[in-house]
Amino acid sequence: MTAPFGRRNAEVVACEQVGGYVVVQAGDPGGPAPAAGQFYMLSTERWGGEADGRPFLPRAFSVARVTNGVLHFLFEAVGPGTHRLARLRPGEQLGLVGPLGVGFSAPAHGRRALLVGGGIGVAPMMIWQDELLAQGVAHKVLLGFRDSAFALAADLLTNPAVATDDGSAGHQGFVTDLLRAELAADPFATICACGPPGMLEAVRQLGVERGTPTQLALESGMACGFGACFGCVVPLKAGGYARVCLDGPVLDAELLLQVPAH
Amino acid sequence: MIAFCGLELEHPVINGSGTFDAIAARRAFGDVVITAFPFSAYVSKTITREPRDGNPPPRLYETPSGMINSIGLPNKGLTGYLEDDLPALAELPVPLITNVMGSTVQDVAALVEAVDAQPAIAAIELNVSCPNVSTGLDLGADPVELGRLVQEIRPLTAKPLIVKLTPNTADVAAVALAAEAAGADAVSLINTLRAMALHPDGTGEAWLGAGKGGLSGPAIRSVALAQVAAVAARVTIPIIGMGGVQNGGHARALLQAGATLVAVGTESFRDPAVGARIARELHDFPANSAQSAL
Repeated sequence: MTAPFGRRNAEVVACEQVGGYVVVQAGDPGGPAPAAGQFYMLSTERWGGEADGRPFLPRAFSVARVTNGVLHFLFEAVGPGTHRLARLRPGEQLGLVGPLGVGFSAPAHGRRALLVGGGIGVAPMMIWQDELLAQGVAHKVLLGFRDSAFALAADLLTNPAVATDDGSAGHQGFVTDLLRAELAADPFATICACGPPGMLEAVRQLGVERGTPTQLALESGMACGFGACFGCVVPLKAGGYARVCLDGPVLDAELLLQVPAH
Repeated sequence: MIAFCGLELEHPVINGSGTFDAIAARRAFGDVVITAFPFSAYVSKTITREPRDGNPPPRLYETPSGMINSIGLPNKGLTGYLEDDLPALAELPVPLITNVMGSTVQDVAALVEAVDAQPAIAAIELNVSCPNVSTGLDLGADPVELGRLVQEIRPLTAKPLIVKLTPNTADVAAVALAAEAAGADAVSLINTLRAMALHPDGTGEAWLGAGKGGLSGPAIRSVALAQVAAVAARVTIPIIGMGGVQNGGHARALLQAGATLVAVGTESFRDPAVGARIARELHDFPANSAQSAL
């Protein structure tokens, strides 16, 4: 399924604070249904006006959920672009291009999927779990957060196991601790992960060490999202680069030397 | 219809080289990219003789009113372009302009001769202005050097030869004049302005993997207008004007400054179909309509 050509507006119908995140819902009745792991380039009507005269470029966000033509996105206000997006209110317009890129693939028949999300990286795990539940595919959700306030976002998923850095909710430690335990019990599972670079790199190493099929949803600064700017590239083990927007954002961990730090 | 170097174009809006990958766009958006192609001609990204991976990331930095890129001209090389990409680009409903860059006269000559042999290619744009590559910078910054290069290349092709000028030079009009005198059919400007950004961690390290890059977007629009006007005052060959064009009014201003065509670059990153809107706005935007200065 390809995306409509050009930027279109989606009216914001709801915004809700969930822990440290804002869930913004916008109606996109004419748009194609996104696959889990796909992303949109998001913008607001006005550019500039935030810190340092930014934002100017759209921001790439994985779609978190889709319900009856309404797209859900998860924002954390950390910079000029995300501040603007996280302040959207019902009735305002969210500019979008998408859905773009390559999403997750289901595990081989009979294998279990381990969905690993860290921080804002829980977003694509929501829609991926929705799909796996609908298809009746066995899976387990493992989520990592800074603390219990951010861990409130775990309520957006079904039966997740949670780890927090400070132990204020769930297991004290990294989500990779939970992943290691799951892999010990079920070495034939498939890993699907999204989160900060440090976490994704730890997941990649774990997957490679154990020979576990591992799909990583990468984040990268991108200007366009549709393969034009060549700004979002990630180095490949085989040499050269892949465009995260076009060849990813979900890439097989085997293709990568390592997950870039930014 | 617009006449440009013997080509008949539907409207005056084309893309800037390296800002719209028609093949990638077709993967993302489907055949509508072909049926509703936003530009009246398509300029390829820069092709070099050998394949290039491009610069190490990070390659982008957002600035007030624009962005810095340090992409480093990744491309499949001449053979890869002709074998893999040209058949797909030949399906576009508009004339194809192939942009080439070489670090020596021999390299450029080989590229121009190979491109000249392709009936699917309507015109050649010579990149002498990419600030990411030191050789390109040197060639395009100096009127004598550039004149020599164009003089060598000119006899190798009967196709329209466009020279894309660098803004990173003391006197862009003098360089444009040298290109014209050496036989260029047109000039295009402006390319990105040399720029850099520091790492946000405060260490003072350069953010971009290659250290420096080029600034584009609305931030450079006024510079583009001034340089197009300066070049138009000195040359008689047609000009492709570009730099920060976001709407029909911006495009109109470049035409009023002396451009025959206008190219859209960075704005396509924000909206892949924006070229069509700008062409429409330009058509609907009367030449003498006033804009409030307040």
